[in-house]
Amino acid sequence: MPLNEIFSVLAEGALVTIQLVAMALPLATAMAFISGLLRLSEHRALRWLAAIYVEFFRGTSALIQLYWIYFVLPFFGISIDAITAGVVALGLNIGAYGSEVVRGGLLSVDRGQTEAAIALNFSPRQRLWRIIMPQALVGMMPPFGNLAIELVKATSLVSLITIADLTYRAKSLADMTLQVEEIFGLVLVFYFVMAQVLTLAIRALEKHLGKGMDRGGLA
Amino acid sequence: MIEFQWDWDFAWEVLPLLLDACKITLQATVLGSLLAIVIGLLLALLRRSKWKAVRYSAYWWMEFVRSTPLLVQIYFLYYVAPEWGLNLSPMVTGVLALGMHYGAYLSEVFRSGIDGVDKGQWEASIALNLSPYHTYRDVILPQALRAMIPATGNYIIAMFKETPQLSAITLLEMLQLAKIMGSENFRYLEPFTLVGLIYLVLSLIASAGIRQAERRFPKEGFTLS
Amino acid sequence: MSDYAVEFDNVTKQFGDNVLFEQFNFNIRKNEVVSIIGPSGSGKSTLLRILMTLEGIDAGMVRVQGESLWHMQKGGAWLPADERHLRKCRGHMGMVFQHFNLFPHMTVLRNITEAPIHVLGQSKEEARANGLELLRTVGLADKADAYPSQLSGGQKQRVGIARALAMRPSILLLDEITSALDPELVDEVLEVIRKLAAEDAYTMILVTHEMYFAREISDRVCFFDAGAIVEEGPPEQIFNQPKHERTRAFLNSFLNI
Ligand SMILES: Nc1ncnc2c1ncn2[C@@H]1O[C@H](COP(=O)(O)OP(=O)(O)O)[C@@H](O)[C@H]1O
Ligand SMILES: [Mg+2]
Repeated sequence: MPLNEIFSVLAEGALVTIQLVAMALPLATAMAFISGLLRLSEHRALRWLAAIYVEFFRGTSALIQLYWIYFVLPFFGISIDAITAGVVALGLNIGAYGSEVVRGGLLSVDRGQTEAAIALNFSPRQRLWRIIMPQALVGMMPPFGNLAIELVKATSLVSLITIADLTYRAKSLADMTLQVEEIFGLVLVFYFVMAQVLTLAIRALEKHLGKGMDRGGLA
Repeated sequence: MIEFQWDWDFAWEVLPLLLDACKITLQATVLGSLLAIVIGLLLALLRRSKWKAVRYSAYWWMEFVRSTPLLVQIYFLYYVAPEWGLNLSPMVTGVLALGMHYGAYLSEVFRSGIDGVDKGQWEASIALNLSPYHTYRDVILPQALRAMIPATGNYIIAMFKETPQLSAITLLEMLQLAKIMGSENFRYLEPFTLVGLIYLVLSLIASAGIRQAERRFPKEGFTLS
Repeated sequence: MSDYAVEFDNVTKQFGDNVLFEQFNFNIRKNEVVSIIGPSGSGKSTLLRILMTLEGIDAGMVRVQGESLWHMQKGGAWLPADERHLRKCRGHMGMVFQHFNLFPHMTVLRNITEAPIHVLGQSKEEARANGLELLRTVGLADKADAYPSQLSGGQKQRVGIARALAMRPSILLLDEITSALDPELVDEVLEVIRKLAAEDAYTMILVTHEMYFAREISDRVCFFDAGAIVEEGPPEQIFNQPKHERTRAFLNSFLNI
């Protein structure tokens, strides 16, 4: 098969991969913030709930979670299509790791910031969202960037439940043709480029969020 | 909707088989970790090379391996190695892929561990006229180890949890076995849940072990001998 | 109404098993300027932090402008204060911190206007006009759009003062506000406090190691040691004729630097 044909088949698969990332990323982010905040809640039950979610999803791997959601849930009468299973499994999995990032980021903000916010009579909610969170976000960005890359990589697992993503197409092409070096070489480059683009985007976001903040010094 | 309940008989039938397959999983993890540590150390040292080209190549190799999926790397080795005249078993392929993938992560752990050692220690070693080998072995690594061991442990646990991906190249580890058992009996609930629980229990134990070990590390570091 | 802006009534405060204040009594009149001096660890910061509701108390009662701070009356019974009660009381006070604690992600002007807008409900225009006016009084009108990281320590602390003033407190709590500054930057901050004290519009409690300054602006100086007031009185008396041996030893340690 000519290289440009291989390229266009793979590019279509890359589009599917990008769509998966675009759907799983918001879910992962939401889960990360919800469970990360719950882990700092005053209520023990909520803290436990979040901790169980995090330990559970970090203690097993994305592939097992994916299989469980895709193969086991239908037996409980919850039929779920492959794409949804993939998005849910990856979103919940990466969200559990993100939960730790959110929690750590919030805890890393200097205690003096909360004290100043109390002295200015901000409500607890305002303290969190106006004072602490904007500062914590800056520090969360680099680990979030790493997690976003982990998410891109993890999307390759959905090829094992027959979603025609980049990896799936590569494997079918490889089974069909014998140009395995070109195919897998190209696929690796595709993933690498996606990861680099994502890294640059998140660095830009970090810079934007950290405007004026000279981290490390006393403000 | 099918009435569905947990079937203890089936679970008890599958469990011993799964635990047996767990040996394969652990074997891949142990061998993969050893390879990853060797590759990680090598890359870490290359990244401190005096030649810029070597440093850059090592850096981009690490960056490349870390930002591409393990599954694709597994396929790459599995499909491409025979082209190069290497016929590798699924286990060997898997160990190579795991070792390469996590070696890239570990190199960063080792590098920052080594960088974390006080600059004065290098100067003192030069002053004592120690060879580079002895400087690393007797001065730098013992001090770096304390910082490196927890992160290394966590990556090994991560590797352990990713071994199910080797099922994609037909290695008969736990997940692959569970999948076969599931499709033969039209019951996925018990095998997949059990696999999940085995992973959960083992990785929680391992994490607790790392935390314990971390607490007990001597602050002064270790002597390697 | 009580004549006192601040009252400590048999207050006990402990950290774990460590009792810091025991049956502690201390009153401050409205618009009085009180300096608190004393060795490190004597409880000076804790006193201010209790007032600012950053630390709770274990027994006794604290009143701010006649209103009990850590307790609230509900249906005839005294209950521990809830967040709503605390927020009502905090409105009387403003605090300036040793390490400034400016919000690094906001410009100088926003540091000052954020709370007036979102806590007091001022309009943006009003808060902005007030903020700029305050910046003029602390001599930083040209820094409105700078970020804290672009300021010197002295400038940061003047922003910290303006930020506290923007909430229109009647009581100002100043905890070693010049201790983190390079010596040459101390005066520009003290100058601002000097002007505020002269206005005679604020009750001021300042913890300080600047003895000359304390002597100059205070109505009363209190020497603290180990969670108790060892000696207090007008500045002339404390600095010229300290009665207590410990006060003398402490003041001497300053002369000998
Ligand atoms: N959060 C805390 N936990 C435990 N002990 C504390 C805490 N804050 C203050 N202390 C103790 O209370 C005493 C008084 O502290 P502080 O009020 O900061 O003193 P000062 O400001 O006079 O130096 C010190 O012995 C200090 O160790
Ligand atoms: Mg203090």
